[in-house]
Amino acid sequence: MNRFANPTRFMRISAAVLPAIGWLTALLLVVGLVLALFVAPPDYQQGESVRIMFIHVPAAWMALFVYANLALASAAGLIWRHPLAEIAAQEAAPLGAAFTLVCLVTGSLWGQPMWGTWWVWDARLTSVLVMFFLYLGYIALVHAFDDPTRGARAGAILAMVGVVNLPIIKFSVDWWNTLHQPASVFRLGGPTIVLSMLLPLLVMAIAFTILFFWLWLVRIRSAIVARKLRSLRLAGADDFAQLDASGGKPAGSYPS
Amino acid sequence: MTRKRRRLTAVLAGLATLGLATFLVLTAFSDNLVFFYSPSDLKTKHVPFERQLRIGGLVEEHSVKREADGKTIDFRVTDGSNTVAVTFTGGLPDLFREGQGVVAEGVLRRDGSFLASNVLAKHDEKYMPPEVADALKRSGHWQETSASGNAEARK
Repeated sequence: MNRFANPTRFMRISAAVLPAIGWLTALLLVVGLVLALFVAPPDYQQGESVRIMFIHVPAAWMALFVYANLALASAAGLIWRHPLAEIAAQEAAPLGAAFTLVCLVTGSLWGQPMWGTWWVWDARLTSVLVMFFLYLGYIALVHAFDDPTRGARAGAILAMVGVVNLPIIKFSVDWWNTLHQPASVFRLGGPTIVLSMLLPLLVMAIAFTILFFWLWLVRIRSAIVARKLRSLRLAGADDFAQLDASGGKPAGSYPS
Repeated sequence: MTRKRRRLTAVLAGLATLGLATFLVLTAFSDNLVFFYSPSDLKTKHVPFERQLRIGGLVEEHSVKREADGKTIDFRVTDGSNTVAVTFTGGLPDLFREGQGVVAEGVLRRDGSFLASNVLAKHDEKYMPPEVADALKRSGHWQETSASGNAEARK
């Protein structure tokens, strides 16, 4: 496992797979959106508004999935102190926050015509909003320290604490009376959604998952490069200081 | 025990403690976490009168009546075993109709009826095109939404 955690090897492997993942994302998104917006039938109750679900539900799944990844990477960073795990956790957070925001906004747009309200404080909606704030809190906390290592450690602990919210979100619709409907796909007794709607939903879900991995890899790569650049700059500044202290001529010798 | 092992144990123990604490808190607050009461809850639990609360259930068939002023609507909300009469003045959501799950916000009056200030439609977990819904209804395989929507999964 440590073999893949080596940043140099990570850069090499990710550079090789990145274009393929990017094209696959584009292809699946196009196919999924065509299926969802044009091929899937309108719902017997919701009519055409049901199409919001093809964005809303995959975004909600991704919000949970990204948080699980964030928590796993945070745990790996805490326990094994591996820099790549820390970077992976930090770079997942803004993506998760974005998926959560998409989920909240599309849900609100669907709720207004269907339920008759933009927002209610029921267990499902509230627990997802809490997760959105957990993401934002994590991002703020990580950047609140001058020492990046301490920021990463504090953020990792917050990310782990937030894990308790994941089962609460998933089972909120079963444990309590909520305005939000219970699960339609991952439930005992099989999905309560017809195949012609389930299929576009699954294509969109796979497209969102691969989109996430693609963006995640791009972000991790640029973070690694940024860290390298920073340490090079620091090393350069050290050389400069040494040169200065030893009375040498700094002019022209500053590494560019 | 190596330091890595100790940190792993600490993380797992921390998560277990936190999970247990959350479970206890949620169990303790479970009565305060309900978004709405069912008509049966109104009978069995000590639900306060004249206080803002929500009730939920299905709109009883043939119970919707519009009063003479054209804006006030009377209907009954049922969960299969108990019903409660609801009076509401205002705009209803598109999904509102007989047999549909609804959540009404308002106050419970001393005579046991409910004065709603807002009515929300509750959507169920079923997704299908109109043709399939019609075919199911014709063949007699149609299953009505369970009374409080979520209750089915909880039992």
